Amino acid sequence: MNAITNSAATESTRRAALRCNALVKKYGDVTAVDGLDLEVRAGECFGLLGPNGAGKTTTVEIFEGLTDADGGDVELLGMRWGAGDDQEMRERIGVALQQTELADKLSVEETVRLFRSFYARGGDVDHIIRLVSLEEKRSARVGKLSGGQKQRLAVACALVGAPDLLFLDEPTTGLDPQARLQLWGVIEKFRASGGTVMLTTHYMEEAARLCDRVAILDHGRVIALGAPAELVASLGADQIVEFRIASDAGEIQDSPLRRLPGVTGMRAKETKEANGGSYLLTVSEIGAALPALLAELERQNLKLDQLTTHQATLEDVFVNLTGRMLRDG
Amino acid sequence: MAETDRNLVTDAVAGSAQESKSGKRSHPLVELTLARIREFVRQPEAVFWVFGFPLLLAFALGIAFRDTAPEKLPVAVESVSANAHETAVAVSRSAALQAKVMSPAEAAQALRTGRVALVVRSTAAAGATNTGNESSPGFEYRFDPARPDSRIARLAVDDALQRAAGRKDAATTREQTFVEPGARYIDFLVPGLIGLNLMGSGMWGLGFVLVQARTQKLLKRLAATPMKRWHFLLSFMLSRLVFLVLEVAAILAFAYFVFNVRIHGSLLSFMLISLIGSLAFAGIGLLIAARPRTIEGVSGLMNLVMLPMWLLSGSFFSASRFPDFLQPLIKVLPLTALNDTLRATMNDGASLGTNAAGVAILSAWGLVSFVVALKIFRWQ
Repeated sequence: MNAITNSAATESTRRAALRCNALVKKYGDVTAVDGLDLEVRAGECFGLLGPNGAGKTTTVEIFEGLTDADGGDVELLGMRWGAGDDQEMRERIGVALQQTELADKLSVEETVRLFRSFYARGGDVDHIIRLVSLEEKRSARVGKLSGGQKQRLAVACALVGAPDLLFLDEPTTGLDPQARLQLWGVIEKFRASGGTVMLTTHYMEEAARLCDRVAILDHGRVIALGAPAELVASLGADQIVEFRIASDAGEIQDSPLRRLPGVTGMRAKETKEANGGSYLLTVSEIGAALPALLAELERQNLKLDQLTTHQATLEDVFVNLTGRMLRDG
Repeated sequence: MAETDRNLVTDAVAGSAQESKSGKRSHPLVELTLARIREFVRQPEAVFWVFGFPLLLAFALGIAFRDTAPEKLPVAVESVSANAHETAVAVSRSAALQAKVMSPAEAAQALRTGRVALVVRSTAAAGATNTGNESSPGFEYRFDPARPDSRIARLAVDDALQRAAGRKDAATTREQTFVEPGARYIDFLVPGLIGLNLMGSGMWGLGFVLVQARTQKLLKRLAATPMKRWHFLLSFMLSRLVFLVLEVAAILAFAYFVFNVRIHGSLLSFMLISLIGSLAFAGIGLLIAARPRTIEGVSGLMNLVMLPMWLLSGSFFSASRFPDFLQPLIKVLPLTALNDTLRATMNDGASLGTNAAGVAILSAWGLVSFVVALKIFRWQ
């Protein structure tokens, strides 16, 4: 590599670790990724959020060079898949797929050593094992590990090549809270060392804690993009009031509700019930809004079945945009 | 935006504290092959099928076809005629025969089910009127000429009855019997068993592991690393070599100590042929496992490939029994080539040079399968 191309590569790496434009992937009639534009800056942790089937995994696998896109352009660390740099790109990314089963019969150390042998550069095996806190399990068979330990081993295998860019596809799905915390710790250590991370998740607290920026995906499109706190702030409210009207009640008139003091927005939740139904109010002043809401429902002669309030989260951003819950799929 | 330099990231991850800057790295082909070997030996059932099963098979077949004094052929004499008993005694006088008197129905049933080789029916009355000789007995032999034991029985029974009726031998004959080393059934069988075993362990040993790795998304995970794909496939073939030596040695030692089966040719060329054969089947195993996504799918394909060879390739009996028009096809099957070359080396002491054709066929199978498997391999 000569000096000119080298400096050009460094330049684009500095600008963006990953960029995609108008990315499209179709499976038969289903459009999994529908014209996606994203940019991940070097050194940041970028989250892809969305319900199951939103196209997160397909998108990530296109980035990882495992799936070919039907359209659009992906630039990863200044290189493109299929342009002769595939080997170099694989050297510089780390990948943890959604639910990979590593070989059951090999031990933790043997597995890490095997993956280490594929990369020209990277840390030594002992160090990687310590990084994911599996020292005590180093000679245990993979088949005997707990879910959290397996997941940390998968991340260890993603880290053995000292990647510039780490892809984690739902790294903590199915893990108990403690295992999740441990894994977050590993990811934060990698972040602290300057690595770039792209992760997919449908856990809002995970995205809020780990990610500098998130893109919320729905039906293969980005429906919101920004820092988690910014997205939550865009709701213009810090509390969410969710209430359900009894199914034998009459039609709800929503315009008076929207005008209540402290209420900044209202949305019906998609539901399978014919009558009644659930509604979400985004509320800036809970103290003023709640008594007013109760009085208004009384005035409309609607029977209240259920009422809950909580601090606004990314989940509410998604619900506010789509009317659906993230985990409903 | 932070001024992130790639090398900074590398060093930080490689050793975030005062750790070593870069880890020691062994060759991926070595690590992959070691992983294959570890996975195999940590799977007791696979070890049994590769080592235990062929030994049991050799033992069972060796016992079934052991060389004892030739058994007497069972023959039935129909009880309808009055002299049935005398006829049976006359037949049993032959060293090769054991006669029993049965009703015609019983005899027919025994012949049909293979419990007797031939049925003797007395035709004395009819024969007497035709020939005009009243003292001369007559017999009818009922048998299936397709059965070799029946044809032998036909000759022996006829000889015994003719003698009983007073025929005299015209010439004096003597017998000298001996057992040729390498000519027993077990001598024929052992190279065939080795061939079969190399085929079976090459196919089963690779097929399941690969398809399972595919369903577990392990192959996809590996495809996301800079691992060279041919390293991965080659590691399967290399790991086979380690077990090959053990497999062949186990069967050979067993055959030697239990049945006194010897290698008449060179042990080195025997092992070399085993090695080439083993690589050929590992290549075919890779090819079979290159696409299927399910264990059922790969099992079906393996059976489809192996069953014809079990039958056609002369493992248990000589392939020359099949019709001539099939012979060219049979000859190019990898198992036939392996069995024939192993057998020639073991029993006839043939050199590697005389086995060149077989070795070439095996090498071609291995090479072509490997290259095609690499081309069409499904990584996800």
